[in-house]
Amino acid sequence: MINIVSSHSSELLSGLGQTVLCSLIALFFSLIIGSMFAIFEVLPNKILQTIGRIYVEVVRNIPLLVVTMFFYIVIPQYVVSIDGFVAGTIGLTIYTSAFIAETVRAGIQSVSGGQMEAARSNGMSYWQSMRYIVLPQAFKIVIPPLGNQFINLVKNSSVLAFVAGFDLMYVGNDIASTTFDTINSYLVVGVMYLIITMPLSYYMRYLEKRTNRGAA
Amino acid sequence: MSMIEFHNVEKYYGKFHALTNINLTIEKGETVVLIGPSGSGKSTLIRTINGLESINSGQLIVNGFDLASKKTNMNKIRREVGMVFQHFNLYNNKTVLENIMLGPRVVLGRKEDENKKIAMELLEQVGLSEKAESMPSMLSGGQKQRIAIARSLAMHPKCILFDEPTSALDPEMIDDVLNVMKQIAKDSSMTMVVVTHEMGFAREVGDRVVFMADGQILEDDAKEEFFDGQPSNERARQFLSKIIKH
Repeated sequence: MINIVSSHSSELLSGLGQTVLCSLIALFFSLIIGSMFAIFEVLPNKILQTIGRIYVEVVRNIPLLVVTMFFYIVIPQYVVSIDGFVAGTIGLTIYTSAFIAETVRAGIQSVSGGQMEAARSNGMSYWQSMRYIVLPQAFKIVIPPLGNQFINLVKNSSVLAFVAGFDLMYVGNDIASTTFDTINSYLVVGVMYLIITMPLSYYMRYLEKRTNRGAA
Repeated sequence: MSMIEFHNVEKYYGKFHALTNINLTIEKGETVVLIGPSGSGKSTLIRTINGLESINSGQLIVNGFDLASKKTNMNKIRREVGMVFQHFNLYNNKTVLENIMLGPRVVLGRKEDENKKIAMELLEQVGLSEKAESMPSMLSGGQKQRIAIARSLAMHPKCILFDEPTSALDPEMIDDVLNVMKQIAKDSSMTMVVVTHEMGFAREVGDRVVFMADGQILEDDAKEEFFDGQPSNERARQFLSKIIKH
């Protein structure tokens, strides 16, 4: 293992960098897109509800690789040329956003209806009630399942390896095929994924504890 | 102009006829107590007044606004018609003080120092100044309900709707809440509509008693007439005799 790390440190670090970058971008945008579709699903508007429902059902029931290949092969062919990293990151964002939408929707719906009624009776508009009362409580509830989604997202970013995204998995494959030391190559890659996911996991736990301390 | 006017109001939940031909006028400053067996439509009726439930036909005018009209801004009506719920519904993510200050801040744009001063005065009025920084989860039911009343009062409403405010409370907490409500009824010119089973409260501060059963208003009397005389309706008489026995 040490051999692999010392002889391929710059490739491994660059792969790690690509994985972290892709994960951060996908995390940011999938949280925004996912939350938006979650809100669509709970709005008192049949058309938006249907749009939200269709988006979630279609996207989450297609394999990640198919979504990614669509952006890697179909989009460049008919619309605009994008490289593997961009295609992979977009695919991962869209795929993850469907799961985040489901998680956030469940969180919003688990906030008691009385909270919304109280806020509306207090004179607040629907959006003010959502912003000040319902969403903060919903996000608190969904921290643990969201943490799972984020960890899945980091691991799923290995899809970049299939579209020449030069991520950690891509680098690992490359090292394994050039050195023939498959065991150590993939062990190193596995450990490097843990380096990203374990702190994330602990951070989510910390966040969960901290928010629980404030209010029950 | 009256505060609330129901004219031939009908309300259905699917096929269930929840409110039948409701005609009721509540004047400004009046305290009206709504009583009746469970499932009689009292809560549905009170919830139509601030638009938490819509009506299917008839006319409902609150503070001069026709609730069925598309031009009516419900948010504007709710600023002036507060509501206190059976299960309190304090904002779980806010402290007691924030529960009271949030509405005036985001709805009325009240200045922060004035907002806090009013909120603290209200906390004092309901006897809970020391709980300003507590979270709702740390309060007893009776305390929660008194904070919920303070939250409504902070908006300086013209009318407050109380939907069974003491039904979810332990017996020893009920008096604290009723005393706060009695104080409001005595000190202010606010219109109060109260769904309750507390006959003592109805007798002491109610101006009128409205008896409902099966989604209809069967009796609408001045309180003296209702309690000291005899309700003319047989079901109201039965209800009254049962409830007073206990």
